Amino acid sequence: MKAVVIVFPGSNCDSDCFHALNQSGFEAQYVWHKETSLPKTDLVFLPGGFSYGDYLRTGAIARFSPVMKEVARYANTGGIVLGVCNGFQILLEAGLLPGAMLRNRDLAFICRHVFLKVENNQTIFTKDYAKGEVISIPIAHGEGNYFAEPSIIERLEKENRIVFRYSSERGDATEAFNPNGSQKNIAGIINEKGNVLGMMPHPERASETLLGSSAGSKMWTSLLNAVKI
Amino acid sequence: MASAFKFRVFVSLKKSVLDPQGQTILTALHHMDLKEAKSCRAGKFFDLEIEAGTQKEAEAKLHQAAKDILSNPVIEDYSITLL
Repeated sequence: MKAVVIVFPGSNCDSDCFHALNQSGFEAQYVWHKETSLPKTDLVFLPGGFSYGDYLRTGAIARFSPVMKEVARYANTGGIVLGVCNGFQILLEAGLLPGAMLRNRDLAFICRHVFLKVENNQTIFTKDYAKGEVISIPIAHGEGNYFAEPSIIERLEKENRIVFRYSSERGDATEAFNPNGSQKNIAGIINEKGNVLGMMPHPERASETLLGSSAGSKMWTSLLNAVKI
Repeated sequence: MASAFKFRVFVSLKKSVLDPQGQTILTALHHMDLKEAKSCRAGKFFDLEIEAGTQKEAEAKLHQAAKDILSNPVIEDYSITLL
């Protein structure tokens, strides 16, 4: 099962992605943002970091990188794409997912573990989780405040496309447990076809118990199972 | 014959979007005794020089750039002035 980790100038979570994917059974390789073609792959991973220094807006310049035309084509033909943190921001700017990111409500950069509720365990990314399972995953961002017009939020809810929500340890997805002000505590969403997922928390940083949490590992096993079929 | 037209593009968050930066700056203004300040919204501007045959042509290109890259239409509005 092959995976491609796209590297933009300023990406800094690419090594963690590479390591987590290889460790769980993928054969990962890096692809530099200037490439105009993708190798044959089962998964494209857009990692976290500060592509282009977050200049203009987070992900705003990376979405115009040459490789993104190929990523869009790959996604539009059903290829599996996962964007984490800056990767999610790039997917939003590229229009591969709806909505936009604002600066965190309290303006501070937040770097800590949070609890996420798995709202939708029917996606290829989350099949190995139980519905409503609460997991501990780290976040590290200054612009993770997800925003979309009310009609878009309504649609996401109706179509069950909100995959992860920030919550309490017991799974209460309320304002008190919303670290950054995201609409409806949204931490991760999926596209209509179910092949493109964007999330602000870092599952690749929660893939080894030794490093604090392995709650992210079920995303890799879910994906491996989906690809095998 | 092409000329260089100079524009300033202002970009700010839509009124319907929360602007904590603007709110924080307002608090700071109050702290420095400008209690009369009732509201504040923060934005940014870009000064651009565009080469085109006519001003209209330059503006059309700039509007496209403003929509496609300088602003994010989901959360931001923009306006253009000729310098």
